[in-house]
Amino acid sequence: MSIFSPEAYAKSVVASVQEYSLLAGRAVGDLFSKPRYIADTFTQMDSIGVGSLPIVVLTGFFTGCVLALQAAVSLKEFGAVNMTGRLVALSMVKELGPVLTGLMVSGRNASGMASELGSMKVSEQIDAMRALGTDPIRKLVAPRIVATVFMLFFLTIISDACGTGGGALIAVTLLHLNGPAFFHTAYMSLVYGDVIEGLTKPLFSGFIIASIGCYYGLTTTGGTRGVGRATTQAVVVSSVLIILCDFLVTQFMIGIFGR
Amino acid sequence: MAAALTVPASIVDDLPEGTPIVAFDHVSIGFEAHEVLTDISFTVARGETRIILGPAGCGKSTVMKLANGLLDPDAGEIAIFGRKLSTMSEREIFAMRAHVGMVFQESALFDSLDVEDNVAYRLHEDKVPEDQIHDRVVEALRFVELEKAIDKFPSELSGGMRRRVSIARAIITKPDLILYDSPTGGLDPITSTTIIELVVKQRDVSNTTSLLITHRLQDAFTLATHHWNTTTNQMEKIPNGDLDPNTKFLVLNEGHIVFDGTTRELTHSEDPWLKAYLE
Repeated sequence: MSIFSPEAYAKSVVASVQEYSLLAGRAVGDLFSKPRYIADTFTQMDSIGVGSLPIVVLTGFFTGCVLALQAAVSLKEFGAVNMTGRLVALSMVKELGPVLTGLMVSGRNASGMASELGSMKVSEQIDAMRALGTDPIRKLVAPRIVATVFMLFFLTIISDACGTGGGALIAVTLLHLNGPAFFHTAYMSLVYGDVIEGLTKPLFSGFIIASIGCYYGLTTTGGTRGVGRATTQAVVVSSVLIILCDFLVTQFMIGIFGR
Repeated sequence: MAAALTVPASIVDDLPEGTPIVAFDHVSIGFEAHEVLTDISFTVARGETRIILGPAGCGKSTVMKLANGLLDPDAGEIAIFGRKLSTMSEREIFAMRAHVGMVFQESALFDSLDVEDNVAYRLHEDKVPEDQIHDRVVEALRFVELEKAIDKFPSELSGGMRRRVSIARAIITKPDLILYDSPTGGLDPITSTTIIELVVKQRDVSNTTSLLITHRLQDAFTLATHHWNTTTNQMEKIPNGDLDPNTKFLVLNEGHIVFDGTTRELTHSEDPWLKAYLE
């Protein structure tokens, strides 16, 4: 059994970061030159965006429901139960909508990308593509990044809407609050900066999901077991990076908008 | 003819007389501290079929991937069509590959595409008009005698059929160089002979330069001793025990070249390792 070498481990981590950065940089660079794979981008938009719609709607809706229930319990103690709408809307738009949508899409699509590209890698289809004169980064990675960033933005808006709707439903049916008042406080609480913050996060999350999923797919080694490992790593790393990025963007936005 | 315009123009016609199609100059490469090829030098002339022989794991497939720019050497220079790969940009290498057909060891067909789209892949990339694509796919599949499988997916095909589709995909753009990486590997003798017939047909009908890896000495010598009769449309033994003058051999062992020469030189070699290997 070989002895664990911290030096070799550190080198492999640095090499992975370098490889990932080159892949992501080249994929972004490819967007600005021809050929562009528009049809592949639309296919990915359908697969990533429309395909993720049910889980995003359900997650957003029930998160809103739970938020309303939990918020009402605490707010009742302060006699501020009418502020439920405000709390649900702010939480959904600024934080839970973007993060949960990112995590759900990551679980569904980063894994899908890693396993699809990983299977292509181990069966030499990626090499075949290169041998046929096609750049796999241009053909496979760039369309996935564009599609994920674009669709995650709209999926987050849908999630926010479903969450607020779910909160409203609970507020009206179980908490017996006034519906219009719920929406009024929700609407009044949101300012421009909140919406910008909530809609900036999915742009980063989308990039992380697609680039990490593709990176692990394209660097798969070790046959079918390697594909499984790549899939797991893609989901874990993209989920952690989404939350880390969420923290950084939140901090940055607080710096700009002061809230 | 419009179709002719969409085929990449042959770049070998513009090369100065005597320029090798493939030239390896003191090439070495290793993976994870293990040297796979050491100081490899050889050339492949225009119209030549170079058969690469050697025991498993001696670096034959690595030679193929180096020749197509899929791997970069650690040392030495590789020139394809007279141009050094190290001086070419990534974009130029992708453009160069349009003139190179490659048949992979495990076929490497795109499993989400049917046979027609697999064979037509390069034509779709080149934005060839759809009405021409179908005709050219049928023509390529007819060459490998598989036109009936046009609607099937790779998972529905046998190993030999997949290999033939892979050949059709490699030849559809009429490349100037074809790299066959073990086209008969893992196939039964009858199917192997069918594949070798296709290689001979392609060699003698189109006179394409090629590199071919094989583990079966029988296939290698069939290539050297047979030619394609265009009248009977069959592979035939060259009369009087003659050999195909354009078929040459390269034998590798443990990352080194142990033989580089003609069929006759190979069979008359006195090298003990080579004699043992050929027996």
